[in-house]
Amino acid sequence: MSEAGTKSRPQFKNIHVSQILRYRMPMAAKVSILHRISGVMIFLLLPFVLYLLDLSITTESTFEVLEGFTSQWFVKLVILGLAWGYLHHFCAGVRHLFMDAHWAADKDGARKTANGVMVVSLVLTALVALKLFGAF
Amino acid sequence: MANVPENIGPRRLVVGAHYGTRDWLAQRATAILMAIYTVVLLVAYLFGSGGYQGWAGLFAIQWFKILTLVVILSMLYHVWVGMRNVWMDYVKPVALRLLLQTFTIVWLVGCAGYSAQILWKV
Repeated sequence: MSEAGTKSRPQFKNIHVSQILRYRMPMAAKVSILHRISGVMIFLLLPFVLYLLDLSITTESTFEVLEGFTSQWFVKLVILGLAWGYLHHFCAGVRHLFMDAHWAADKDGARKTANGVMVVSLVLTALVALKLFGAF
Repeated sequence: MANVPENIGPRRLVVGAHYGTRDWLAQRATAILMAIYTVVLLVAYLFGSGGYQGWAGLFAIQWFKILTLVVILSMLYHVWVGMRNVWMDYVKPVALRLLLQTFTIVWLVGCAGYSAQILWKV
């Protein structure tokens, strides 16, 4: 038993956001927080996406307005960002479904699926980038 | 054996309020619906006749408009559950969280209205 001079040990309750970056995050943690961030990003940019749909189907001339608008590089960058957000959220979501079905739910499986999410989403984002910026 | 509580395992009451199961399941169901729609849209975009005619023609079909609306409404529920969780995790003061949740719902309902307008003006 501890003796009379009781040492007060530091208590660690919740990790404060200012301390988070000093911990090593496994890939699963990165996938998870990016899943959340991408979701919030899509939420905020939803009216913009609907606006693009609006322009694309209303009339021929609004379609041409859209073509002009999306030929600008910064608009293409925003669209690429949205594409990444959607692809990451989608792939991380599929990983959630895997976990719900108890597939690859152990530590090794978690690492592999997390890496898979990053690889698949980033490769597909690269393809979108190539298409957007005119490679094919 | 000691007294086993009755409300356990297969006899656990899982209807009522505040189990989270409905929202959990709704997020998965809406996710799968949206995934299917994404594939449909992708196929239409990649293999359809390009340009305005092909694309707008797809959205002129009545059942495709309904399908799109259903998917958008599903997405809004999916987003609501997600955003509600985000606010719950990071915003502790109740008044502020209520304000943000209200803003979220107003934003989403606005998007629903805008979507319906977009789909039905062509």
